[in-house]
Order: sequence, then structure tokens, then C-alpha cells
Amino acid sequence: MKLDTLQTLNAERAARRAVAVVTDTENGTQRLVKAADAASDPLAEIIEKRLRMGKSGMEETAQDRVFITVHVPSPKLVIIGAVHISQALAPMAQMLGYDVTIVDPRTAFASPERFPDVKVLAEWPDVALPPLGVDRYTAFVACTHDPKIDDPALLHALARDCFYVGALGSRKTHGRRNERLKAAGVSDVDFARIHAPIGLDIGAISPAEIAVSIMGEIVQSLRQKPARDAKAAA
Amino acid sequence: MLGRDEDILKAAEDWSKAGRGVAIATVVETWGSAPRPVGSNLVIDSDGNFLGSVSGGCVEGAVVTEAIDVIESGKPKTLEFGVADETAWQVGLSCGGTIRVYVEKVN
Repeated sequence: MKLDTLQTLNAERAARRAVAVVTDTENGTQRLVKAADAASDPLAEIIEKRLRMGKSGMEETAQDRVFITVHVPSPKLVIIGAVHISQALAPMAQMLGYDVTIVDPRTAFASPERFPDVKVLAEWPDVALPPLGVDRYTAFVACTHDPKIDDPALLHALARDCFYVGALGSRKTHGRRNERLKAAGVSDVDFARIHAPIGLDIGAISPAEIAVSIMGEIVQSLRQKPARDAKAAA
Repeated sequence: MLGRDEDILKAAEDWSKAGRGVAIATVVETWGSAPRPVGSNLVIDSDGNFLGSVSGGCVEGAVVTEAIDVIESGKPKTLEFGVADETAWQVGLSCGGTIRVYVEKVN
């Protein structure tokens, strides 16, 4: 590997951007493909799929065999609301390798006793969120039920292109949220990206079951083709 | 694991910039039970210092030796390790799997 390729690779990783390296293991030729440029690569389809799955491996092409290494940032989960569901969702997400942060300005909820092994910030979203580096490898869940807390957080998440944005609340609650966020300048397309009612429809009742349905939906959003989400929202 | 891998490739960059001869070994294929997944890295310098892993410690010694060759020759190499057999020089994986490791020089 050329040193400048290695340098670019490390710079992309440090910036939390996905990147692939295509290596012909027979003759040593190599190229680096940034996620943003993947669509114009001769192996676009293969590289995009591997980036989505976060899976490195050998590929047979028309000419030869190449090894594709993918480097995808580890996903983050930001949960707004240190509520009962979050107590189940946070450890579940940690088990799946997510870096989890919970934000809730209500100190009675955001206590270390309730969340012994999770980073909990007892701050308002406008203070807590900017330093967190919310990005497209972040899943974002708003579940305080309080528009004063959830709404500004959702605006932040939509502006940062999170791969998953979910908000707790019934269809009726979500309808009112629609009016408020539209008034705040959110487009129809962006509003449609919010998963609400949150979670896969598995008949979840208990907080832990709801956490399972949310986590399932997050995994689906991360791993399946974006086209499918777009269709589901249409 | 991702965090550690990041540090490994950063170390490769730092070592190389410091003027050390460096090779990167990457697991490119696995069959059966393999201790480290495809994409795992071992970084080696010409003195035999290394970081990371391509197996559970079973074949690292052999990879380091080969990597020092690759640093000298500049030519990449693909190594294959399977279950240990009677051939005295072959290093084996106790877990029963087979792995293929690509070793390349940083230059």
C-alpha cells in the first residue's frame, strides 16, 4: 500500500467517512474509493453493497479477483429521553456495537443510578447535541414525549442526515409534530424520514419489547438498501 | 474492535513516516472456523515488531517472518494457513479452519 493511500485511508476514518480499498492480490495494484465516489467506480454496485454491510471480502470481476476492504465508522445511537424504554434500548444497542449517548435535561430521569453503564447527559438538546458529532452513521431516537425536548433534537438529527430517525408517539401525536416541524422549516421529504410510530410492528407492549422493535428498525435502516425505505415512506 | 483496527492502521502510517520498513497483513479469505474475520490486520515492521492480529496467535509468528521478506523485496505475497499437517515447517491453525493472508509493503 502506498503511504499516501494509507494516509488518505486514515484521514477518512478519522473523519468518520466510509471508505473502501480495492486490491488486486495477484499484482498488488490498489485503489482507494471514498464512499462519496463509490457510485462512479467500475465496481460501484459491489462496493456500495459492501459499504452498506460493512463487510470486507474477495470479489470475482470479469478480469480478475480483487479484495475489497471496507472501513465503515462504528455506528452511534443518540437517545433523547432517559425513559423506561431507553433503559432497555441502551444496553441492547451497546451489545450490537453502538456507541450510545442519552440526552435528557430532566435530572430525575437522567441519573447514573438508572443508567449505570451508559453516557447520560442531563442537558437540553441544544447544549448536549452539537459536541456529539451526530452524523450519517448515527441512529437518533426521540422518546421524551415532550415537544420542548424532542422537537429541537429532531431538527438537529434531520439536519445531520442520520441514517435513522425515530420518534415515539401515536399517529395523532406525530400529526401534531408534523405541523410544528413544518412551521420550523422542515420539508415534507425530511419529515417523511422520521420513523413514527417508532419501531417495527411486532406487537410490542413492554418497554423492553418496544426497545426490541426500535432496535430492529435501526438495524433494518442500516443494512437494507435505502431505496426500500424511500418506497416505504412514499 | 473497530477502534483497535483504526489504531493499527494509524500505527502503520506513523511507523512508515518515522522511516521504519512496514508491512500490512490482511485476512482476505477464511474457510471453516477462523479466529479473526476477513479484513483483520496485522502491522509489522522490519525489526519484527507487530500490532494487531490475523489469528488467535497461531500463525502470527510465520506472518511476521514473511512480512520481513515482503518489506525487503517490496513484492506483495499471499500466504495460506490451514490445519497443521506433518510438514514440519507449516504453521497450522488449531481451530481447524483455513485462512489466506495478503501481505503488502507500505511504500
